[in-house]
Amino acid sequence: MIEHWNDIAGSFHPASALDFLPVQQLRELQLNRLRATAQRAYDTVVLYRQRFDASGVKPQDIRALDDIQHLPFTVKTDLRDTYPFGLFASPMREVVRVHASSGTTGKPIVVAYTKDDVDVWASVMVRSFAACGLHRGDIIQNAYGYGLFTGGLGAHYGAESLGATVIPISGGNTDRQIMIMKDFGVTAICCTPSYFLHIIERAGELGVDIRSLPLHAGVFGAEPWTQAMRERIEAESGIKAYDIYGLSEIIGPGVGIECSEQNGLHIFEDHFYPEIIDPETCKPLPDGEEGELALTTLSKEAMPMLRYRTRDITCIVREECPCGRSIRRIKRISRRSDDMFIIRGVNVFPSQVETALLRVEGTLPHYQIILSRKGGLDQIEVAVEVTAEFFSDTVGPMEALHQKLSDSLENVLGIHATVRLVEPHTIQRSEGKAKRVIDNRNL
Amino acid sequence: MKLTQLSLFLENKPAHLRKPCSVLAQAGINILTLSLADTQQFGILRLIVRDWEKAKKALEEAGCVVKTTEVVAVEVDDKPGGLDELLGHIEKASLNIEYMYAFTFGREDKAIMIFRFEDPDVAVAALQTQGVNVVGSVELYDRSQR
Repeated sequence: MIEHWNDIAGSFHPASALDFLPVQQLRELQLNRLRATAQRAYDTVVLYRQRFDASGVKPQDIRALDDIQHLPFTVKTDLRDTYPFGLFASPMREVVRVHASSGTTGKPIVVAYTKDDVDVWASVMVRSFAACGLHRGDIIQNAYGYGLFTGGLGAHYGAESLGATVIPISGGNTDRQIMIMKDFGVTAICCTPSYFLHIIERAGELGVDIRSLPLHAGVFGAEPWTQAMRERIEAESGIKAYDIYGLSEIIGPGVGIECSEQNGLHIFEDHFYPEIIDPETCKPLPDGEEGELALTTLSKEAMPMLRYRTRDITCIVREECPCGRSIRRIKRISRRSDDMFIIRGVNVFPSQVETALLRVEGTLPHYQIILSRKGGLDQIEVAVEVTAEFFSDTVGPMEALHQKLSDSLENVLGIHATVRLVEPHTIQRSEGKAKRVIDNRNL
Repeated sequence: MKLTQLSLFLENKPAHLRKPCSVLAQAGINILTLSLADTQQFGILRLIVRDWEKAKKALEEAGCVVKTTEVVAVEVDDKPGGLDELLGHIEKASLNIEYMYAFTFGREDKAIMIFRFEDPDVAVAALQTQGVNVVGSVELYDRSQR
């Protein structure tokens, strides 16, 4: 007997209806919300009003969606400069929640939510989980960190709102994660992709084969990852690995999600309006061209964001998705404009290092890039963990592996990189975002 | 007639050799003999222990990458020319030695060497036809008890 409509696998969740709005209605909704957001920002936030006035733009000037390009941009330092509450558009008594992101230097950035904002957030997370095929009956292990970080509570509220069973385990204590995954019959997990790789690895050491567990889906986000990482996760754990996109400044996780096609992330653009801009000139780029993603919140009350520069490099996919969703997709983000580093005048992205390592080993080993400066010259070192597959008891094959990795890196990067083979588990596993690059150059 | 050797990857840095040894100590496993190959960057530790499965499990649980390899233990006369004579047999059998090391114990006038050949089965057969005493694990572990 079916007790609840949402017990039927594959049944359509009503929250997902907004993913399929007719385009004309969607654009009208976006325009109306954009005008209201711009007005609210202008009326309540000093920084926005100053920026509008300085560029001679008024919120009433917005007559079409394209007029968004006349609005000023917002950047991360704006949040830092107005710390802690300078960008709040609601009085504190209407703010029901604040989150903060770990600042790498000094003060964190603070974000705020009204009751309605929290509800919108839960609704986009429901739509995210539904797009990944999750429903009532799923047991979701939420291994995103709970606390000031938006990942934990964001996924938690969404999963509960979906009607799934939530295990609020938070990040860390990997052995316990594996025990609970096994003992509770977990069917889906939320965490960063690099942490899930760590879970897989540790499970192997403990003699637990994740492929034999009921776990069937992972909703992975909070850091850029690659198709190669997805393939490795799916092959080694037997689950479907979905990419979720979000950032605290906009709302947290749930800005965009992959559907069953796993080919680009649908942006919930009835709430978050995407633009792709040229990071140098700040000019908007047409759909299909790669550039920096800028997002404008369309319904946020406590902290509207206008044209927030995410630093994430992607493009808007022009083609319609076979899943039928009308909300547009962006290509999965594998790099950020500020991930790039320049070494001896050459631009290098961590994703290129991944490509080079992948060519040699076939699967991606744990690695870390260490930049230093010796005698005025930049040095790049890539520490690569030795895996069981490539470890040999004789020196020859190990030296050959070392040489192959060096050659492959030089080939892909165009500059020489020193390879250092390191013991397994010596590169720190993050329970949150993976730290791929350590820059010791003191630039 | 073959022995199972465990090998581990180590970085060429202070204190890195101790970690696997501490793991084995905690598991109550005695190392019968070992050898360490070193390069400028890294080292490879090779170990012979009695209960290699238990040792492997303990090391892997501690996060080490452990490889098992079959090696051959051979008795050699503990006197001038003993090793030379054995190497003569190995040469005659056209066997290539990947590496070798010695046991810490012997018996009367005999010492025991560990050899890593590319194909341990071929090597055992070839050495036995030449009358070389290949020592099996049971006998070896018995001797190590004394």
